[in-house]
Amino acid sequence: MSVIYILLAISIVVAVGFFIAFIMAVKKGQYDDSYTPSVRMLFEDEIVKEKPNKTILTKKD
Amino acid sequence: MGHKTCFHCGLDSSSSEIIFDEKSFCCNGCKTVYEIFSVNDLTCYYDLQQAPGATPKDIEVKYNFLENAKIIEQLLEFDDGETQVISLYIPHIHCSSCIWILENLNRLNPAVSSSIVNFGKKNVRVTYNSETLSLKNLVTLLSSIGYEPFISLDDYSIGKKHIDRSLIYKLGVAGFAFGNVMFLSFPEYFQVGEFWLEQYKHLFRWLMFFFSLPVVFYSAQDYFVSAFKGLQSKILNIDVPIALGVVVLFIRSTTEIIFDVGSGFFDSLTGLIFFLLLGKFFQQKTYTFLSFERDYKSYFPIGITKISSEGNEESIQVYDIKKGDRLLIRNEELIPVDCILIKGKARIDYSFVTGESKTVSKQSGDKLFAGGKQLEGSIEVDVLKTVEQSYLTQLWSNDVFKKNKELSFTNITNSISKRFTMAILLIAFLATAYWLIFDSSKAINVFTSVLIIACPCAIALSAPFTFGNILRILGKKKFYLKNASVIEQLAKINTIIFDKTGTITANKETSISYEGSQLSIDEESLLKNTLRGSNHPLSRSLYQLLNEHDIVSLDYFEEHLGKGIEAVYNNRKIKIGSAPFIGFTSNTTTLNTTVHISSNNKYKGTFTFYNKYRKGLSKLFNNLKNNYDLVILSGDNEGEKANLKKLLPTKTKLIFNQKPEDKLEYIKYHQTEGAKVLMIGDGLNDAGALAQSDVGIAISENVNVFSPACDAILDASKFDQLHHYIKISKSAIKIIKWSFLLSFLYNIIGLYFAITGQLAPVVAAILMPLSSISIVAFTTIATNIIGRKLD
Repeated sequence: MSVIYILLAISIVVAVGFFIAFIMAVKKGQYDDSYTPSVRMLFEDEIVKEKPNKTILTKKD
Repeated sequence: MGHKTCFHCGLDSSSSEIIFDEKSFCCNGCKTVYEIFSVNDLTCYYDLQQAPGATPKDIEVKYNFLENAKIIEQLLEFDDGETQVISLYIPHIHCSSCIWILENLNRLNPAVSSSIVNFGKKNVRVTYNSETLSLKNLVTLLSSIGYEPFISLDDYSIGKKHIDRSLIYKLGVAGFAFGNVMFLSFPEYFQVGEFWLEQYKHLFRWLMFFFSLPVVFYSAQDYFVSAFKGLQSKILNIDVPIALGVVVLFIRSTTEIIFDVGSGFFDSLTGLIFFLLLGKFFQQKTYTFLSFERDYKSYFPIGITKISSEGNEESIQVYDIKKGDRLLIRNEELIPVDCILIKGKARIDYSFVTGESKTVSKQSGDKLFAGGKQLEGSIEVDVLKTVEQSYLTQLWSNDVFKKNKELSFTNITNSISKRFTMAILLIAFLATAYWLIFDSSKAINVFTSVLIIACPCAIALSAPFTFGNILRILGKKKFYLKNASVIEQLAKINTIIFDKTGTITANKETSISYEGSQLSIDEESLLKNTLRGSNHPLSRSLYQLLNEHDIVSLDYFEEHLGKGIEAVYNNRKIKIGSAPFIGFTSNTTTLNTTVHISSNNKYKGTFTFYNKYRKGLSKLFNNLKNNYDLVILSGDNEGEKANLKKLLPTKTKLIFNQKPEDKLEYIKYHQTEGAKVLMIGDGLNDAGALAQSDVGIAISENVNVFSPACDAILDASKFDQLHHYIKISKSAIKIIKWSFLLSFLYNIIGLYFAITGQLAPVVAAILMPLSSISIVAFTTIATNIIGRKLD
């Protein structure tokens, strides 16, 4: 039954792993803007439409 | 003529004849943006949302100050000489098309390596190569596609702003510990005497102890700090019993596992803090795209053009302006300092400062005050005072701007907490005294149990969840509150003060009446065609009013700045403008804005411009008159007095010619007499009054653009709903009182277990989350029900 030590150790390691992932996500700013990413992910399809031979024009004289 | 709308911006385009790619546009600006997008294959901008764009404005010289290295350095977030990062606030961001086009900036200019939009904050963070693209060109590029960034003095040190994420960390730590402790204490709940569980329970308990350490010492630290501060200033705030409960829970649980007498209450401890922080997080809903702390800095430009003694133009920072400098103020630019007009004719709009909507004409040699906006051509001025010493900015040295309104009143939770804490301590001591006499072994157990079970988690949660939800409901109705305490203040209001211009009148709309001899069809056609050529705001409103006529090309047209317009067609001469300009001496002096007309040197009549009051104004005042004292406090002249008297209930006080300081003093005086004042204003001239009042609401036609420092921002379209919003805040207080009652019930049940000395960890573990969750459910359902009544 001392296997419970190993199981406990594993469960805590997994839990702490997720906890660290959470801290890193906060640090990277994932919780700063909770709206824009939900819109951004819907754009993927449109961007593929890009044609390779386009010329770049900027409004500069 | 069929009704058409501009493909780019959605405005009416039936009067313009700009057709491109079989699509109609309202102006060349919109067409140009469409061209840029179609050439660069970015037209799916229009697929995502119909008519998402804004008309680009002509800004060639406006951003010259972005060539000044010192200003650039202050604005940038990051700069290594080659790569630069800047966050720009763009008020126009409003839909998914905006996000899409701004995140595809690199297809318009390859020097942009990435651009990320934060929709909530309405800003875009652009990383670009400064060797091929200067900041000024980047801003010009954004403006040319209709996304003009707003750069003000407020942004001056924006790159150094620190984001506070500590609440999320604390909540995360508490949640993590709560879950694990709950999991580890599960076997003990059932008290099975199973052999292996007996064997390992010590290990489990010590693991729980270690999990709760960061919760007590990190997540809960705000409660200890707040309780300590409260005690220091002799206030028993709600954090005192919470901190007491947490300390007792932790010490008792730790002693229990050390002496092996029980499993402790680590589950309740971590759960308690997790729920409390959750409430805080929920209430912390803020409108990131709105700013409630604006002062003159958000209105003022960062840079201004200085003319050196050799006659060269140079962009300098506003703070670098010195007495005696010669400045060039262009059309539509704000005057940042008090100065003397040297060259050019000034027509200044002081509505920011005084609330007076009429523009003022100035001749060279006249004094100009900071905060005015030049409306006609460019002028040159000599500086009299620096930015900080100017008339307008001195208003901000008044003490009201330093006071924190939130700290100066006891909120509903804290006012109940005082009696609650006293009662709990009394019960704890009485129960202990009783057990000391009858069974002293149980005394300490009972004492701690009372403090644990009475820990006012449910009480502390009532207000945050109610207010948080109300905040969201009102936000959906376009009434944006700065924080939860505003709701409480709003419920206590007994006096409502309105500003006039821009608050009860609509900024853009005026009603116009004509007096004089009837104009013939020819004259009216000529008048309309003459007005077509003028860009003066009065000409534009008059033009909109007149009937449609054929477009003719005039034989002669001249606009005299500050005076009027003169035009000739088919030997018919028309003059439109001020009374002296058309040679008419007015015998009745009217305080309203007027435009006079003469045809072939014969006086025809006068157009008088009246303020147009907001829709539902009388209705709103009639709804409010029974419960509140109503006052109109205006910086304007008395021209509208008779008109207002007709519109509003008779007991409404009308006070005119009030300077910004007068308004502040008026409110201060009435507050000393016990009035709880709600001030509703719009301009910088109301800033002092908004800060002094108990609740200051800024009304805004476009919530994204300007509003002075205030407690709440109300969208102008919802002005007639104001009485509903005040009613809701009163209902919110009622809901909180009911949920206090509910949580007292739970406390009585809990106290029964505690006093009789039978508080088992499992009882605490059930009772605490149950009370918290039912309070949350009750407040959420109740607030949603009153929210539904709003429509």
